This record gives sequence, C-alpha cells and structure tokens, in this order.
Amino acid sequence: MYEFTYHKAESIEAAIATLQQSDDAKFVAGGQTMLPTMKHRLASPSDLIDLGGIAALRGIEVNGDALVIGAMTTHATVAASAEVKKLIPALAGLAGNIGDPAVRNRGTLGGSIANNDPAADYPAALIALGASVKTNMREIAADDFFTGMFETALAENELIVSVRFPKPQAAAYMKFENPASRYAVVGVFVAKTKDGIRVGVTGATPCAHRGLRLEAALNKDFSPAAIDSVELPVEKMNSDIHASAEYRAHLVKVMTKRAVTACG
Amino acid sequence: MAENGIGASVRRKEDNRFLIGKGNYTDDISVVGQTHAVFVRSPHAHATLNRIDTSAALAAPGVVAVFTGDDLVADGIGPLICGVTVTSDDGQPHRAPRHPALAQGKVNYVGDHVAVVIAETLAQAKDAAELVVVDYGVLPAVTNTADASQPGQPQIHNEAPNNVCFNWPFGEKAAVEAAFASAHKVSTLELVNNRMVTNAMEPRAALGEYNSGTQEITLHLTTQNPHVHRLVMSAFNNLAPEHKLRVVGPDVGGGFGVKIFVYAEELVVGWACRKVQRPVKWTADRTEAFLSDAHGRDHVATAEVAMDAEGHFLALRVMTQANLGAYLSTFGTMVPSYLYAFLLAGQYRTPLIYSEVKAVFTNTAPVDACRGAGRPEATYLLERLVDIAAADMGLDPAEIRRRNYIPKDAFPYQTPVVQCYDSGDYVAALDKALALADYAGFPARAAEAKARGKRRGIGLSSYVEACGIAPSAAVGQLGGGVGLWESAQVRFNPTGNVQVFTGTHSHGQGHETTFAQLVTELLGVPIDSIEVIHGDTARTQFGMGTYGSRSLAVGGVAIAKACEKLIAKGKKIAAHALEAAESDIEFAAGNFTVTGTDKAMSIAAVAFNAYVPHSYPEGLEPGFDENAFFDPMNFSFPAGTHICEVEVDPDTGEVDIVRYSAVDDFGKLINPMIVEGQVHGGIVHGIGQALLEGCRYDSEGQLLTASYMDYAMPRADNVPSFDVDYAPTNPPHNPLGVKGCGEAGAIGAPPAVINAIVNALGIRHLDMPATPEKVWRAAQQAA
Repeated sequence: MYEFTYHKAESIEAAIATLQQSDDAKFVAGGQTMLPTMKHRLASPSDLIDLGGIAALRGIEVNGDALVIGAMTTHATVAASAEVKKLIPALAGLAGNIGDPAVRNRGTLGGSIANNDPAADYPAALIALGASVKTNMREIAADDFFTGMFETALAENELIVSVRFPKPQAAAYMKFENPASRYAVVGVFVAKTKDGIRVGVTGATPCAHRGLRLEAALNKDFSPAAIDSVELPVEKMNSDIHASAEYRAHLVKVMTKRAVTACG
Repeated sequence: MAENGIGASVRRKEDNRFLIGKGNYTDDISVVGQTHAVFVRSPHAHATLNRIDTSAALAAPGVVAVFTGDDLVADGIGPLICGVTVTSDDGQPHRAPRHPALAQGKVNYVGDHVAVVIAETLAQAKDAAELVVVDYGVLPAVTNTADASQPGQPQIHNEAPNNVCFNWPFGEKAAVEAAFASAHKVSTLELVNNRMVTNAMEPRAALGEYNSGTQEITLHLTTQNPHVHRLVMSAFNNLAPEHKLRVVGPDVGGGFGVKIFVYAEELVVGWACRKVQRPVKWTADRTEAFLSDAHGRDHVATAEVAMDAEGHFLALRVMTQANLGAYLSTFGTMVPSYLYAFLLAGQYRTPLIYSEVKAVFTNTAPVDACRGAGRPEATYLLERLVDIAAADMGLDPAEIRRRNYIPKDAFPYQTPVVQCYDSGDYVAALDKALALADYAGFPARAAEAKARGKRRGIGLSSYVEACGIAPSAAVGQLGGGVGLWESAQVRFNPTGNVQVFTGTHSHGQGHETTFAQLVTELLGVPIDSIEVIHGDTARTQFGMGTYGSRSLAVGGVAIAKACEKLIAKGKKIAAHALEAAESDIEFAAGNFTVTGTDKAMSIAAVAFNAYVPHSYPEGLEPGFDENAFFDPMNFSFPAGTHICEVEVDPDTGEVDIVRYSAVDDFGKLINPMIVEGQVHGGIVHGIGQALLEGCRYDSEGQLLTASYMDYAMPRADNVPSFDVDYAPTNPPHNPLGVKGCGEAGAIGAPPAVINAIVNALGIRHLDMPATPEKVWRAAQQAA
C-alpha cells in the first residue's frame, strides 16, 4: 500500500468538499475491493474519504411499496433485515450470499454498485427490480446506471445516497459461483414487476445487463420451458479460465430457469 | 494400556496455545533492530538480465542495502542444490543447471529472484524495490510439459539440451513388450496429472540474526526439517559452518512438503543478516507464495496394461513426462522418479512393469514434493487405468481389483519395481470399504438420483504408498545424498518430568501429543509431565525432519528405543538403590520392582536418584537421559480402499460428493482422533486436486492462478462428512507396528473421485480438475 491521507467525512457535503480539494481522492465505503487493490499497489489514491461516519447514508426504510436502502448499509444488515426479508426476500438472500461473513460485515450496497464489478451480485438485482439510485445530485434508473465494466453513470463529484427497490410480485436470484472466488460466474435475477417480467444478468458479460430476450420469452410464458428456445449471443459473453462464453451463455439459461421456478 | 497411552484419542496438547493465540510462528517473532527484506522478482518467464540498476533504490528512504546475484557470488554463497541423483538413459547423471539464489545473467520463471532490498520498514523496502531498474531481454518461454522437449522450443539452460533433465527408463522393456504382444487385451489411457500450488496456511518466512560476538547466525524459518536446512546451507551453500548456524523452525502453519526445501529467500536472508549486521526478516505474501513456492505434480503420461482373458494384469507400460519447472528444487528429481515409478505395482501382482520418465525444464516455478509426492501421481494413473481395464473387460471395478490384488499370504511381497511391501490385506480393506459405502445399494441410489435429473456415480481407488521415508540403505542406493534415519533423546529432569527431543518436526500433525502418548505408555510417566521438543538445532540433536509420513514410523521408534535404554539403565540404578541384583529388577507401569518382594521405586524416584548419585558402583553413570537413532529395514506401506460417490448436475456440470468412505491400513494407531484428522485432511487435499485445484500458466509463462480469486482451494462445503474405518495389518519390521497416515488421503482420493465422475457420466476419462465446465461438456457429449 502506498501512502495516502485518510479523511473521515461527517456529512455528504463534507465528503464532496474533501474530494474536490484533493488531488486524486477516492471514497471508501466498506473497502472490500478498494483496500485489497491498494494493498496490491494496483491503486494509489492520494486521499481516502471514509463514508462510514455519515449517518444519512445508512439504514433501511419502507417507503410505500418500496424499500429504500442507504448506500452504506452492509450486506449483512440487508441480509438480516426483517423489512427486506418481508418485502423482497430474494434481495435478502442475495446479500446473505455475497462473499464471506467478513466481506458481508464490511461491504456495502453503495460500494458494490459504485464499483460495478462485472461479477458482483447487486447489479443484477437493481436491474431486475427496476431500482433507482439516489445520489447527492439526482436519481438514476438502474437501467441507466451500469454503463460498462467497472463503469457507472456517476459523475466525478457524485455520491450514492440510497437505492430504492420497488417491491416485485415475486423475485428470485440464482447464482452460479466461481469455485475459487465465489463471485458469480453467472447470476440471474428474475422479477415479476408491475411492468412485466424483468431479468437482470450479472457475471456473463463485461457489465451487468437486462436480459431482454429472456424477458420477452418469459412475458409470453412465465415457465422454465419458455427459456429453451431463447438464443443468447455467445459472442457477447465473457470468457476466462473458469468458464467459456458458450458455457456462460448456457448457464444464463439454466440460472434463469431456476429463478423462474423459484419465483413460483 | 496406560491412561492416555497408545490407542487413546487424547486431545492435542499443542492446541491450547494455538487456540488462545499463543502460537509462535516465524513472522510473530520480531527482534530489536530488525530490518525487512523484499525480493525483486522477474515479471518475465524467460529473459536475459542485461543490467540491474540499484542506485535509485539505494538512495530511497530507509534502505539499508540492495543486493544482486553478483554480491552472493562475491561471497561464495550458493548455488542451491538438488539432493538426489537420477541416472539418465545416456548413463550420465541428470542435468543439474546452476540454480543461483539471486539470478545471474538470466531469469527463468515469473517470480524468479533478481535482487533483494533491505530497509528499515516493510513499506520502505517495497517502495525501494519498485525503484530497482532491470533491463530485461525478453525471450520466448515454454511452460507446457508435453511441449518442453519438442524441437524448436526455447532453450532454458545450456546444460540441458532440449530442456531434458533426465530420461529415465526402468524395468524389463523386452519382457514387457513380449507380454503386450501376446496379451488377450490391452487397455490404454492418456492422462494429465494437474499441477498444484501447495498453499500451506502460513506462507514461507525467514528471520535471520547475526551475532558478531559469537559469529553465529540464527535463522528462524518455516521449515519441516531444521537440521536438513542447516546441513544443506552449511555443506553446500557455504552460509556458515554448522556449529555457527542455528536453524529454528518454531510453530509452522502447515507444510505439505513445500517447507522441506531450501529456498533462495531463506539462504539470502541468512547471508544478508551477517552482511548488513542487522536482523533481516522476510515473509512471503500470498502472491509470492503462488509464484515461488515449489509446485506439485504436473505430469503427462500414457499408461497401458496387458491382460489375459480373465482380466489378470500381465504387464504394465507407462511413459511419463514430468515438469520440474525452471530449476531443480531440493528433491525435485526424486519425486517423479523413485517416489513414482517404484509405486507403479500398486496393490497388484502385475509381474512385469516398464516405465520411462522424461523430466523436463520449463519456464515455471520449480516443482517438488507436495503431500504424497510421486505416489499420488502413480496411484492416480494406475487406479484410473484399472477402471478403464475393467470397462474394457466388462468387469466390475471391485472385481478386477480383487482378481489382481497381492494376496495377504504373499507378504512380504517383492514387486517388480524395487519396493518390497511389508504387510497388507487388500481384500479385507476392500470388503470393509464396500460395506461401509453400501456398494451393493448403489444402483438403487443411482436410479433415485436419475429420477431427480441427477447422475450418480461411484468410484473406487485401492492405493498403496511407500512412506516412513527411510531406510538409509534404500535411499542411498536410490541416489539420495543423505541417509534417512531418525533420532530421539528422552531426558528425565531430576524432578521426574520428561523432555522428549525429536529430530522430526511438527507443523500440524500433533506430534507433541502422539509422542507424549508413546512415552507415557512406555515409561508410565503422566502425559502432563512429558514435553515434546522439536524444531531447533540448538536444542535437539541432529534429525531428518518431517515429510513422507515418517515421523511416527521412524521418529517414534527412535523415541521408543531411547525409552528402552532408560528402562535398562533404570534397572541398574534401582538395583543399586534397592540393594538388589539387576537381574531381579522388573519394570512395569512406571515402577521398578524387585521380583518377589514389595520393594519398589518409581521411575521418577530413579531419575532423582540418578541426578543425586551417591556411591554409584563403577560403570554406573549418573544422569537419566538417553539418545537413540532408528534406521528401519524398509519403508512403511500403508494401503487402503477409498470409495467416492458423486452426484453430477448435468445442467451445470457441478459435482457434489455425496458420500466418501475410506478404509486404511496404518498398522497400529497411537491416537485415533489425530489419525482420523490426518485422513480427513488428506482426502480434502485429494478432492481439491480432483475437483478444484488447477495451476495454470499461459503460453508466455504468466501465472494465471496467482491468487484465491482464481485458484480454488477446497472448503468445507466442497466435501461431505467422511466415513472412515481401518483394516490394519502388522508391519513386521516396525517395532511399534505403525505405518504412516499423513499423505494417504491425498493419494487415495483423486482417482476415487474421478472414477466416480467417469462412472456417473458413462465416459472413458476426464482430466483433473473436474471443473463444472469440463464436466458439463463431458455430460453433453455422453448424452
């Protein structure tokens, strides 16, 4: 790890102000990606702005027919939340299966989606549930938020405040884990929403995406069999030492079927 | 049986300190004035070192020194050695290219050592290491085992044309060929034995201290064999004379073979602490461990078995290519030769065996022993081939094994490949395992799984291994540079408690408990009054260390022999004290008694007497402290049958091990709980190799699996609860009747797992690791 200056922000405004005053500052939420990257000397921010002291970024609220989860809420908190389990149990299940207990106790919703790892779980949920990301500047629909590998719509001085998840009629997340990292080789989140079936797919492509072909098939026939005839573009899939593009495309369909079955 | 003696599942004495955080590992030790070393490692797999500019690093804050290979040469330090000779088919010894501790002129794998930076803090050393400017002339690399000796490949060492270290034929080629020519059936298998990174929980570390007053170097190391480290560093690496070099292996967090060897970092730290006149500490981070620990396995082989019409094995022919990496590690040549080919008889009466092993250099980390070392490779090949042979002959895998086993009345059994097996009852282990696994009930379970869309398979593996590494005569004949006996010293203190000094080293095996159980059994001293001491050349007598499941079978016997000497001497002392004839003294349960009288003396009282002697007769020495050495007549040959049952999800290729039964012959068990733990650990290691662990380099020599993000280690949810039982026999040459148990699981498990997957899918073969995609593709093709 290279030397850096540590700041603990007490408000969103203070965090932004510090960022603007610094040379090459980064926000740190749970630090589950940032800190290992720094330890490997692959990142060298001049300043780290710790968001852990900002109360406004924490907590889970039920707002009408939606859940609003603060950006700094840990995976463990989401997994254990009675509100989340009641409104969107699939989201609690997803959070409870990220990484290991140490990761879940430190890692946060905001950190995960801001990082937008191509194999992270949360992006699939945001996309499938039609969530919206509230920042200090605006509200961004999930469909517009994840823009590329490790890239999001967030502007330079923009900080995630919370994520609003509308309650679906039913939802399920199925993840095929990398045996080594336990990240998603493929993760598929299927949700029955008021606007029809929505499918969020992570792990398969450089950036989590909406499974439009899968949605089309499921909107006609919400059954596992409906997936059989869907053709997925193998050439767009990731390919690495753990899974070829062809295998990933196959797994997307298998995980989708399982999620459909789990939706009941 | 004494309380807490042989056969008792005593809780491990050492665990208290580990569980309360009082373990003392090398990196836990810090000394006044300590500096930190960081190694500059090659980012290239193969390159010339045109120029190394250390000036900026030397000028960086906190930097004490920066050294390169030239500095070692100037001081006459190194190179690193390989301790076992294999004679190649040209009659010459294996090619042994120079292995400098810090590279000279050329680097040969990613992670190769280019320079060392020593600074006041670790962060300063890391910062300065980035300032060492190296001008590399990048060369093409070769990493693939099968390609390395092909024409046109990059040449790694001038001393080794075509990258061949040795080509070692063994066995009666003509007789084997004749047997194949007249065979009823020949079954053939080509396979890969996947390369593994050993991954002990504690990474390697070294702390060197030099005392300019005594000119002594003290080197704390993550070592499985401190005296071997001291010997090699003194006799071959010119670090310091043995009496001026103390090597301490304190608590060591797992070895699995990878901490046997003398590594560059260890030698450099030992030398540098004298050079800079400051203590120097180095601890590998996990990436360094992946890059520079010796790796294991990595064979490509073709195996053929010739059979008669009943499926009896007539002859075996095995052609193997073994990857030794970029340089020879300490025992690199021995693993794919003597520890491999001499196990190719397995549990079978195969009368004729011919093997050729071509060992090659590649631009990868050195390859050496990893739990099992050679025997897992032999067992995997043989037990996969036997299943193929069974399929070709239309026989049940259990039946073809049964037909070919060495019968129990044939022991000791001389195999055609050097080894003479001590004892065994392979049918007994098989029958017990079949019952434990409910082999007969498998078809019903498979049908039930099929109804759920899953495919069930069952696989057997009947392994035998040679461990209790010794005897020195055999090891010497095989080209070993050192004999392999073991030593012990059992010392009574005047107040009656006992210190047991062993030349073996415990790094997770529980010696401090098992050996104390042995002593309480033999001497009748309460187990809490016995302390087992190991791992420090300044405290213990010379010993060979721990590997090859040798500690109990060889080191335990040395302890027993020292105890026997104490009892013999105790009789003399008791006779003197009790005013009786020595021939009238008996010893039992910790007491010396005079036959036919009520006169008695505890062994503690004898010890006290020995240290406060009065008017001892001539010839009776004071003191109660005995040494013994044990050099067995043979290896020890644990054996067993493991049965694995899997359920494959054909939709994803995931393999679930639903049942695993192991029946082993380890001879007599001292602590069944510890043995069971060793069996569990070994099986998990084997399951790791079979399902998860595949070390991968790309064609340019970059290690693709250099962290736990990409290298999959087995975890609790990858394995079932194991059913473990035993079918012991008595090895006649071992005075304690014990064999070894530490490696058996890692040897037995891989073929059992793969045989089960192959059975589930109805295919002929699948190379390890059986990753989901590989299994899914095989399932697609089989469907």
